[in-house]
Amino acid sequence: MSKHHVTTTINGEATEFLCEPQLTMLDVLRDELRLTGSKEGCSSGDCGACSITVDGRLVCSCLMLGVEAEGRKIETIEGMAKGDKLHPLQQKFLEHAALQCGFCTPGILVAAKALLDRNPDPSETEIRYWLAGNLCRCTGYDKIVRAVVDAAAEMRGA
Amino acid sequence: MLAYTAPTSVEDAVRALAGASGTAKVLSGGTDLLVQLRSGRLKADLIVDTKKIPGISGIRAEGGGFVIGAATPGAMIGEHAALGAAWPGIVEAANLIGSTQIQGRASLAGNLCNASPAADSVPALIAARATCVVAGSNGRREVPVDAIATGPGRTSLAPDEFIVEFRLPKRPPRSADAYLRFIPRTEMDIAVVGVGVNLTLDASGACTDARLVLGAVAPTAVIVAEAATALVGRKLDETALAALDKAARAACKPIDDKRGTIAYRVKVAGVLARRAATIAYKRAGERR
Repeated sequence: MSKHHVTTTINGEATEFLCEPQLTMLDVLRDELRLTGSKEGCSSGDCGACSITVDGRLVCSCLMLGVEAEGRKIETIEGMAKGDKLHPLQQKFLEHAALQCGFCTPGILVAAKALLDRNPDPSETEIRYWLAGNLCRCTGYDKIVRAVVDAAAEMRGA
Repeated sequence: MLAYTAPTSVEDAVRALAGASGTAKVLSGGTDLLVQLRSGRLKADLIVDTKKIPGISGIRAEGGGFVIGAATPGAMIGEHAALGAAWPGIVEAANLIGSTQIQGRASLAGNLCNASPAADSVPALIAARATCVVAGSNGRREVPVDAIATGPGRTSLAPDEFIVEFRLPKRPPRSADAYLRFIPRTEMDIAVVGVGVNLTLDASGACTDARLVLGAVAPTAVIVAEAATALVGRKLDETALAALDKAARAACKPIDDKRGTIAYRVKVAGVLARRAATIAYKRAGERR
């Protein structure tokens, strides 16, 4: 079976890749493009470790085919920091120790950023529901939620 | 070996489906399809991605009702203020499916054609008397949503057919819907029981129309015909609610599984029917 030639935009950069139709976007990111920040947890859309945004919409990259990236704008965890400058969410996750093993962290950061892009002042309940599709087996979530609340406040200039 | 095509018109999509050698599967959001392909539960030779077809994602008001493109993601359904005002039950059902990430992709057509008995949006769509427009080699046909699923994982669609859009009728005055599901936690689970209710009232508050549809209590969603007998001509008092509860329980044909026993599902169906009807009744009454 011939590979598909896909032209897309990843973290603001025009990107091309060749991809067999059965490969997921997560396979392409990690194995073809070597963007290994997105993690493979469950491969069934339950854990959120592979979260990316596609045209601004939060999705699991394990539940999207690589060929579907054609013509879309994709953002991954690798696009979150600007050079050495961490995004406020990344900085607050460090300050609040909102991670232990770190495997879920890229997905949670991408998901939390998608929330704050829509809602700069979410309640704790809104944060918990928004992040319900991101599983963390270490932290118990409290530190994660506190870090998101704090980052949102800083980004609002509060 | 799997092949992929993303046609840019309904006609090209039908041609791709009709001309496929082996099994062709229609891709909308893919939140069920890709999991089944990866697990090996499903074998496919061709994926026909519908999302490049103009209008397949999106919502428009038409003829006093709404048209929802087959591949419209749940998140977009939740963001449409006018749809949510007219059909809150359908929107709350669609938005209960999965996480924020799943909502970014999951569609009504996928939820319906995956044909899980526990599909959340299906009872709400059937309660609303929604129809779907099906395209195939013989042209288009418009069928009620309840005519699609025929059993777990099975549909009435021919191999060359796929759903293009859903149509919601114009709402009469004093009319509203609601959907409730029971799961043992607050998020990210599959319905033990789901209940969609759609009610229309007269000026005095008596029901003139009542549709109750149950999910996860039979191989497909169940229309409870006796719900109309229980409610029409009455206000939603305890007599009416008790009759509705009884009708819901009598319509259940559930299985025992890890999510609930037969007895438990039957009881919960009655309780949720009461609660969903109460919500729909209140909403309808506020639309004077």
